[in-house]
Amino acid sequence: MTDLIRPSRRGLIKGAGAATLAAGVGMPAISRAQADVIRIGHLTPRTGFLGPLGEYAVMAVDLAVEEINAAGGVMGRKIEALKEDSVNPQTASTKAERMIERDKVMAIVGEISSASCLTIAQVADRTKTLFINTGGNSDALRGKDCKKFMFHIESQNSMYVKTAGRSLMQQGLISGKKIYSLTADYAFGHDLTSVAKRFMTANKGELVADDLVPTDATDFSAYLLKIRNAKPDLVISNLAGNQITNFLKQYSEFGLTFPVAGFGFDTALAWAAGKDNFLGTWPVVWHHLIDTPKTKAFVAAFTKKYGKPPENQAWGDYMMMKVLAQSIAETKSTDSIKLMEHWEKGAKFDLLKTREGYFRASDHQMMHEMYTVTAMAPAQVKNQWDIFTSSAAVPGANESLEIIATTPEEASCKFPT
Amino acid sequence: MTLFLQQMLNGLLDGVYYLLIALGLSLIFSLGGIVNLAHGAFYALGAYLTIVISPYLGFSGAFVAAPVAVALLGVVIERLMFRRFYRSDPILSLLLTFGLAMVAEQALRWYFGAPPLSYSMPRELRGQIFIGDFVYSYYRTILLVVAAACVMAIWLLLNRTSFGRVVRAGVQNPDMVGALGISLQPYMTAVAALGIGLAGLAGVLLAPIYAIHPAMGQEIITPAFVVCVIGGLGSFWGVVAAAILVGLVKGFMVAIDYSAGSIAAIYFLMFVVLLVRPRGLFGERIQRFE
Repeated sequence: MTDLIRPSRRGLIKGAGAATLAAGVGMPAISRAQADVIRIGHLTPRTGFLGPLGEYAVMAVDLAVEEINAAGGVMGRKIEALKEDSVNPQTASTKAERMIERDKVMAIVGEISSASCLTIAQVADRTKTLFINTGGNSDALRGKDCKKFMFHIESQNSMYVKTAGRSLMQQGLISGKKIYSLTADYAFGHDLTSVAKRFMTANKGELVADDLVPTDATDFSAYLLKIRNAKPDLVISNLAGNQITNFLKQYSEFGLTFPVAGFGFDTALAWAAGKDNFLGTWPVVWHHLIDTPKTKAFVAAFTKKYGKPPENQAWGDYMMMKVLAQSIAETKSTDSIKLMEHWEKGAKFDLLKTREGYFRASDHQMMHEMYTVTAMAPAQVKNQWDIFTSSAAVPGANESLEIIATTPEEASCKFPT
Repeated sequence: MTLFLQQMLNGLLDGVYYLLIALGLSLIFSLGGIVNLAHGAFYALGAYLTIVISPYLGFSGAFVAAPVAVALLGVVIERLMFRRFYRSDPILSLLLTFGLAMVAEQALRWYFGAPPLSYSMPRELRGQIFIGDFVYSYYRTILLVVAAACVMAIWLLLNRTSFGRVVRAGVQNPDMVGALGISLQPYMTAVAALGIGLAGLAGVLLAPIYAIHPAMGQEIITPAFVVCVIGGLGSFWGVVAAAILVGLVKGFMVAIDYSAGSIAAIYFLMFVVLLVRPRGLFGERIQRFE
């Protein structure tokens, strides 16, 4: 091809176009760094059905790194985050391996999918590198699948269920009531439903039906007809991702009026449902309306940078970068074992809430306050973000933070030695 | 009405949501031989345009403007891309549209962001219809009427107009049409615009009830293909019948209380149809593909 030797203008444009395309599709955003930075790996799903939440996580990491470095870094060293799309459990584990072995990251932060958490944790344990889960909820990760080098800033399913459950008990919607639940038909949904069932049995709620909903189902009309026929006292969503948005939009479309609540939730899904469709009571690990100065500062900084408030997934990844930086400064070390000991001894962290949190040594779960949010009537809503009101922090100020977490009987973790 | 009957009736209506997508796919395939994997992206674009246009022209304005805009984009894509692949191996156009689907999805993600966007049904379209125990949303009945009107209009266009005669002749024997001195090119463009515009229309219609996110096209394209394959690629009434059948099968699975298998069931249906009748239910013999 003579074109290769003397490229025509047309060929050049084509080539440039193709190259731009290839660069956009194939190249992960890795920037090579100097030796004196502290490198932290960040893996989270950025495509697929958890991608929307992953995007918030990435925005939050960028903000946290920017703030830490602007304040002079940690021990005089800058923080650098290597961020990649974890895609699926297999890819997540390959990328974790590469980050640890080739890029020498001191820790890996991130994830939303519980299945990917597990494969990354296996790599972390083998290479003795810390992995801190910021978004995977399953109790199994803190129970039978727990790992010495895996910590969790994201709450476990039990904490979500007990937080929302407490609010539902106060509303008189559990004890002696007929409950209908919809469950996302994959690992997370199944784990959540088993925890929810345990809660309902313990509190004398009667589960009249539990429908498994395929993850790629978008239409809920069939379920809505069944729910209407069953006349439950409460409809529980154990759904995930866009399912929640679809469910909320169609629930209001069909005009059903049974009270709705959920045991798994992300603020972004409520925002997507919109003020006219969002309803019910839902648990969150954090939300942008918490009335503390630290939360207000974070929300202001995030909104300034991105033009929209952070959702709960952003909190997890932002917070964990801050916790890591603080811990490195406190231990004067980036060594995984030293950090782990520091955390296991009960180091306290300001998590933008009213009380400080700490990692529980027995299963490495962060013990911290949670909240339930309740949809506001559309007429009271002033903007597209502030569409719910919040409960007080759960547990209450005079209670142990551990009362909403799993008990040793519910889930026991034996770290492999 | 028993719950079983309610579920079957709901299923019957449910299939119609795939119909507009599947019909466009089928049209483009039968005339140009192009398997348009990017069809879902045009559906997603229709939904996003609804969000963009509604603040200015309202939902009814978006209902007209969004499909037209998407159809115009279809014209551009047909002229620039599809045109080059009509006579080549279908695998090439498959690769082209596969790439196009990814570019489109990422473009939506880049421009609108990955988080789903909110869009609410206009107040005047809210409400329910009650038939005995059966409840149905008022909006969905409008949706059904629009879909039925589209099906009728396309059928009339293909079977009762001179335009349709040329298109049908082009499907059967493009060389003969050429020999008669008729250029198929403008017809190809029109059919692609029509098919793609229908996907855009489906996007507008489903925006008030489904989550709007960049990957929504992927969500719908697979079941739409299943409908096409069951009905027989290129068969008009085959696609209509298959859409209804797919809805019924889904409804049936929920009715017998096995909702977890409702999506798997439509793939099983496709599997059985392909085994027994590889051309699909109403698939016609198309000379070019024999």
